Amino acid sequence: MTEAVEVTRVVDQAHRECWSTVLASVVRLTRDLDLAEDCTQDAFVRALRTWPDGIPDNPGGWLTTVARRLALDLLRRETNLRRKLPLLVEEPGEVEQPTDPLRLVFTCCHPALARESQVALTLRLICGLTTREVAAVLLISEATAAARITRAKKKIAAAGIPYRIPADHELPERMDVVLTVVHLVYTAGYVATGAELTRTDLTGRAIELARLLQRLMPDEPEPQALLGLLLMTEARGDARVSADGELVLLADQDRSRWDGKLLAEGVSRATAALRRGYGRFALQAAVAGLHVTAPSWEETDWQQVVRMYDAMMLSWPTPIVALNRAAAHSLVPGADLEAVLAELETLAKEPALASYAYLPATRADILTRLNRPTEAARCYELAIRLTANETERRFLTNRLSSLE
Amino acid sequence: MAQYMFLLFDSEDWYDNLTRDEWEQAMKLHGEFAAAVEKAGAQILGGEALERSSTASTVKNRQGAEPLVTDGPFIETREALGGFYLLEARDLDQALELAKLCPSANVEVRPVMPTSESDAPAV
Repeated sequence: MTEAVEVTRVVDQAHRECWSTVLASVVRLTRDLDLAEDCTQDAFVRALRTWPDGIPDNPGGWLTTVARRLALDLLRRETNLRRKLPLLVEEPGEVEQPTDPLRLVFTCCHPALARESQVALTLRLICGLTTREVAAVLLISEATAAARITRAKKKIAAAGIPYRIPADHELPERMDVVLTVVHLVYTAGYVATGAELTRTDLTGRAIELARLLQRLMPDEPEPQALLGLLLMTEARGDARVSADGELVLLADQDRSRWDGKLLAEGVSRATAALRRGYGRFALQAAVAGLHVTAPSWEETDWQQVVRMYDAMMLSWPTPIVALNRAAAHSLVPGADLEAVLAELETLAKEPALASYAYLPATRADILTRLNRPTEAARCYELAIRLTANETERRFLTNRLSSLE
Repeated sequence: MAQYMFLLFDSEDWYDNLTRDEWEQAMKLHGEFAAAVEKAGAQILGGEALERSSTASTVKNRQGAEPLVTDGPFIETREALGGFYLLEARDLDQALELAKLCPSANVEVRPVMPTSESDAPAV
């Protein structure tokens, strides 16, 4: 008998690492998402029951075989087997398909699904989150999360969204959606809302998916750039939290705590991508690269950062990019702060930024530097009202009290 | 294979001011579309052009009341339903690829619901 604690640990680990592989393998067999989910869940339950007698050498393989057998048994028993049989895409004997999770990602991120459903479905099916967890990550109610997932699954089945990796000529137009969703999964894990600051299961899964996409499309710069961006962000993870659990901004981070190995790979991926194009993720990776290669916050090449935001404004002119550009501009040595302030006042009229705490916070920072504490205090007060994050609120409150 | 309805929404002004040349050009585009569908291994099961939306009537079937007949199409939009195709395609991806070749400003692609006995809900 294996210790119960050990069994739970191995099952938990298998759930994190193998959920999407097992699920995707059953989907390939049955083309039925709901059935596949039930059988995958069931296989994990069986593992908890059976593994005390001995943990298999290859837990993932064991789970895949069990889940597929359960699915076939269920299909055989169902009256509609005759109707489903022609849909079976392969012989049941064939178990391992390394691209299975990727097919599932492309199904979840099909452009015919609403963006919010794509994200919810990816978190549920690829990351194996429960509906409750999906709701927590996306800051929506559990009922909304459940409705989005159900609607998307129903559309996949009814509209005949295929379970496959798009053909080479379709990849470029399908890629942007997938990259955006993978980036959102990373972000969801990076600024988690629960007790932990980050959810490493989500950030880890996003990086794994970015690697898969990069391997699938080695000649495309954008998957390479996304991978570089995620690795550089991940490398700074430990330095984001101080010894007493407070958030440490990039400006104040102890750079010696950054993970050198991840940084080196991130920078080289970003550089390789930038040599081949200035896509959305390549430019974001370029900004991240300028930050991590600078010896300090003050010595960052702000002029170059502004140029990257200028390029982003050409293809992706969102108010948030404009705000980031203005914030970087204010840090260029000898910048005309009054002009930046005027730009921020114009941006404040953007409806999209009306409740975005980072805008008044940036204005407050510049007003402080211009030695206008009364106006700065008003902006900090607004930012404090707008933020939903406790750590951010503490940070802004400290800034406000340091004005007096 | 699955069946998809292509609903073609276009500006009606264009049809109102149509010249003979433009009409022939439009028919030529539909002919090319039919050839592209065949080449893709899909099949057009049916399709027609429709009269102006101003000629439409709507029957609203209300629970517990007599059906209500009203003038006009179901919803008023700048672009009106001007025609349709019923197609058989491999999957949604193929249907969407074909819809991109369809000579219409907006094509709504709707899967046809299976209604045979074996598709009825189990419970």
